[in-house]
Amino acid sequence: MSGFATLLRRDLGLLLPGGRGGAGVLPLLFFLAVAMLYPFAVGPDAQLLGRTGGGVIWVAALLAAILPLEKLVSGDLEAGVFDQLALRGVSEEWAMASRLIAHWLAFAPLLLVATLPAAALLGLSGETTRTVLLGLLAGTPGLAAVGLAVAALTASLRGGAALAGLMVIPLAVPILIFGAGSLARPDPSGILLTAAISLGLCALAPIAAGAAIRAARES
Amino acid sequence: MDLACRRGERLLFRGLSFSCEPGAALQVAGANGIGKSSLIRILAGLLRPFAGQVESEGAMGLVDERLALDANLPLGQALGFWESLDGCRDAGRAFEVLQLDPLLDVPVRYLSTGQKKRAALARLLNRNCPIWLLDEPLNGLDTQAMKSVEALVALHCGRGGIAVVASHQPMALPDPQKIDLARFSA
Repeated sequence: MSGFATLLRRDLGLLLPGGRGGAGVLPLLFFLAVAMLYPFAVGPDAQLLGRTGGGVIWVAALLAAILPLEKLVSGDLEAGVFDQLALRGVSEEWAMASRLIAHWLAFAPLLLVATLPAAALLGLSGETTRTVLLGLLAGTPGLAAVGLAVAALTASLRGGAALAGLMVIPLAVPILIFGAGSLARPDPSGILLTAAISLGLCALAPIAAGAAIRAARES
Repeated sequence: MDLACRRGERLLFRGLSFSCEPGAALQVAGANGIGKSSLIRILAGLLRPFAGQVESEGAMGLVDERLALDANLPLGQALGFWESLDGCRDAGRAFEVLQLDPLLDVPVRYLSTGQKKRAALARLLNRNCPIWLLDEPLNGLDTQAMKSVEALVALHCGRGGIAVVASHQPMALPDPQKIDLARFSA
């Protein structure tokens, strides 16, 4: 267990904003930029913005979650870190579980904080903002899980980062449908379903990503 | 054992069998591309053999061309991650033997090829494991460092450790068992 703590500490040092290998605050700025551009594009109709703004925040969050994927796995795969870990009895799944936690911590909390100014830019009501925040809290672990699995699958490919972006989008659609769908319903069922999808994806992602890393060794 | 290895469509070697007792050194020789690194990776359990099986007792340590150290961290910290994973308390001696002390504050990306190789060897020493798998351990090292690596391997084997060395350079090993992969190439 102390090994996992060591692993997690390294992954956090790598991925947290200001860290050595992550995307830093880039996803955050990208997310805010989308929220800022949308009113320019559709015009200052407060009613329209209030009605569609929540969905825009969801799309922006999904796209922002793609940005950190490029360096999420490929750097360590090239450097042979997973080989050395495997020799020490640390399975690829274990390493990926640690990376999933670090990845989520590196992008999601900041994104949730940035949702407040984004909601203000789009003129969302307090009620809608609350639903968006809860939905993102439930949905971002799933987005992180999908991102990790795809990053591991594409890590050994040339130009894998662009492909990763394209692969994440269809896989993230269920989260988007139920997460953004919760905005149109008075009850919390959409958010709960999003959380359920997220949990399932978080359980599967380390296994899929671990298998992908092992497969990359054979190529 | 009868190991065979296939990479892509090519069968690299087959019918290879050997065993190592504690204290033994094994030298794997052969031309470039004949499968020395693949053999080392098979022994490490990182690559599945096309046929045959590998049995080993005891932990293994690997030094290959991939450094597995964070390029942006100072060397001391980058090695520190592996030391804490390996539960190593006394890392200083390995740094002294391999003359890494003055480099511990230098970010890994600024190190030369030979210095990086010495860092990887320091990690191996601090791992304190009985089986050493060395893939081209002399690459990039100067004559003095080569000598100390040879001495380290001799010391390791003298203490009952096993060393498997794949190298195209001549390397002085204590009483080595030699495998010429060319004889097993398919």
